[in-house]
Amino acid sequence: MSKKHEVASREPLIRMSKRDGIPTWKSIGVRLIGLALALIVCAVIIYSLTKLNPLKVYAAMFKGTFGTNKRVWVTIRDIVMLLCIAVGLAPAFKMRFWNIGAEGQILVGGIAAAACMIYLGKSLPSFALIVVMFFGSMVAGGIWGTIPAVFKARWNANETLFTLMMNYVAIQLTSFFVAKWENPFGSNTVGVINQMTKAGWFPPVFGQMYTLNVIIVAVLTVAMFLYLRYSKHGYEIAVVGESENTARYAAINVKTVIKRTMAVSGAICGIAGFIAVAGASHTISTSTAGGRGFTAIIVAWLAKFNTFTMIAISALIVFLEKGAIEIASQFDLNDFVSEMITGIILFFILGSEFFINYKIRFRGGKKEAGK
Amino acid sequence: MKKFIAILAVLTMVFALVACAAPASEAKGVKIGVILVHDENTGYDAAHIEGIKAGAAAAGIADDQIIWKYNISEDEKCYDTAIDLVEQGCTYIFSDSYGHQSHMQQAASENPEVVFVSMTGDQAALSKLPNFKNAFTHTFESRYVSGVVAGMKLKELMDAGTVTDPYIGYVGAYPYAEVVSGYTAFFLGVQSIVPSAHMDVIYTNSWYDPTAEAEAANALISKGCCIISQHADSTGAPSAVQTALDAGKAVYCVGYNIDMLSVAPNAALTSAQNNWGVYYTYAFKAALAGEDIVTDWSEGYATGANMISALGKSCAAGTAEKVAEVEAAIKDGTLNIFDTATFTVGGAPVTTYLAIDTDGDFAGDTGEAIENGIFYESKLRSAPYFGIRIDGITELS
Repeated sequence: MSKKHEVASREPLIRMSKRDGIPTWKSIGVRLIGLALALIVCAVIIYSLTKLNPLKVYAAMFKGTFGTNKRVWVTIRDIVMLLCIAVGLAPAFKMRFWNIGAEGQILVGGIAAAACMIYLGKSLPSFALIVVMFFGSMVAGGIWGTIPAVFKARWNANETLFTLMMNYVAIQLTSFFVAKWENPFGSNTVGVINQMTKAGWFPPVFGQMYTLNVIIVAVLTVAMFLYLRYSKHGYEIAVVGESENTARYAAINVKTVIKRTMAVSGAICGIAGFIAVAGASHTISTSTAGGRGFTAIIVAWLAKFNTFTMIAISALIVFLEKGAIEIASQFDLNDFVSEMITGIILFFILGSEFFINYKIRFRGGKKEAGK
Repeated sequence: MKKFIAILAVLTMVFALVACAAPASEAKGVKIGVILVHDENTGYDAAHIEGIKAGAAAAGIADDQIIWKYNISEDEKCYDTAIDLVEQGCTYIFSDSYGHQSHMQQAASENPEVVFVSMTGDQAALSKLPNFKNAFTHTFESRYVSGVVAGMKLKELMDAGTVTDPYIGYVGAYPYAEVVSGYTAFFLGVQSIVPSAHMDVIYTNSWYDPTAEAEAANALISKGCCIISQHADSTGAPSAVQTALDAGKAVYCVGYNIDMLSVAPNAALTSAQNNWGVYYTYAFKAALAGEDIVTDWSEGYATGANMISALGKSCAAGTAEKVAEVEAAIKDGTLNIFDTATFTVGGAPVTTYLAIDTDGDFAGDTGEAIENGIFYESKLRSAPYFGIRIDGITELS
């Protein structure tokens, strides 16, 4: 065998090569197969670990997400939250600026919103307060995003590490304010802010608590799509992302683009913090961002920075999370089982991206393997 | 067009996942939702879980009438969980941690048809919501008794000459009334045996942090404390004390909630305990009978809601007899834990104390806690309000 191997050729058993392109129907097919395989693998694991009927488990996931009217709204609230962050990340990632700092940008936005609620809640009328909170969070997030961009533009500091470390600064800052605003004293939690007056809370629109969340994020989603696709800024972001040298050759001020884009990115993440505090939790804690700043990176990447595709990806991920919680509760399983299921499905979805971008050939085989 | 198809594809993926769904049927009658800050691995939550199971068994509530939610943090997750439990048809929802309270209150104000009980909370009466309740046992009573056990040991150590300075330590979670009330009761129990005892308190700023609790215990031991008690939920402190004892230091511990003998077989003297089952039995029976649950529930030794765990083998001789004597006195009301004759602040006795003193935002900041020289804890509301820092106790952090 080994002799033959040396004689025949030095071709490896498996070769991967980048595809030039793939028809849309084929890419959809790959994704559907990936999802089907994910569900099958999950079913096998669910059955072998718990002896539960996997179909019942999937039914429970659906029920947990869409089971009742209120659950549907909570699901929508969480989808738009994740979507908002992904929309914020889109310009940065399109520029190939690795903004891992959404978590921190959300938190400082949340702090700004909570500060307005606590200090201005009694003096400003509700509408004015919400407007102030909106801009306060936007500016806070924008500043938090611009700091690493300035260092990147001026000294070429590594933005991945920088934005990541800014998260920890933001978490400590949040801890500080939680300790400062704790209510009652000594409890180390802020509790529900303005519980009696509801000052700074999103008012119900059309009888629903979370309508305003949806409206704000919908506007941002459309605006970001247009900004990236049709504006001069959007073009500059794309060029800088492809090649900084090309951008310079085209007389684009790369440093300005980096700073401006990160200001936009951070500002939208700051708005996400505002929505989280004013439109959902009405409190602030170190878990206000809750890891969504990282999850949104997956959303932005899977959607290839198309903000409309992000809606569907966000929906899928939130569905998985909600469903997972429901399974854990309904079948009295540990939270970790549900996280395993989410992990398996994400693994297969990411895996199908691989097969869409690369083809695999086995040694001696003439046909394409894989998909 | 291509993009549209891509979007369609992803949407198909979503629906592929949800296609196999069936509508759910809501259960009838009483349904209990339980929100726990941790799970059975922490002593505090284990005590609640045990209490709920005992209450359900006593009242005749089946397993499938209870929905358990574990590891619910003290933030908006609590509100979301409470709302979700309502959606699942729960008619009574219990949360076990103090920080859950404002989120439970929010859910209660939005769902008047469901009863919300924030265990250990203090806002039910102030909120004026008829469906929002608080409950707390007389933990200070069991802490006092555990203090007596510690005092007996301290006296034995001093009589034997092993210890000259009656210096003890306490690992607390947060610096508020619930903790202050508890450590003061413990300290007064110790002082009832060794009047010259003095105590230091270190806060960990967490209900459950094994590392921080062990570090706090080690810090107190190295300062010279010979007995360590705790108001935090892990076995961190007892484990640290056992290690120090094994290394040759004369140091013992008094735990909370769970029997610490499994982690500190030689060091553990006893643990102050709550039997939440007494409350849950009452609440579940009331729920089944369709009766209203009291807004502020608080009971102690007299009804079995408080006790101490089995005495460890290191306890001083005569401890069991002394404990029986003290317990009998608490039950028949002849012994009041916070008798103002037994403690001073700045050298002077305390004569007046405003019990329900919130942050000033709430009306009804009234309520004199001291009557006839006795500070009545948990009488005006279920949650402890003894926030006085008495002489002999020093807060280190």
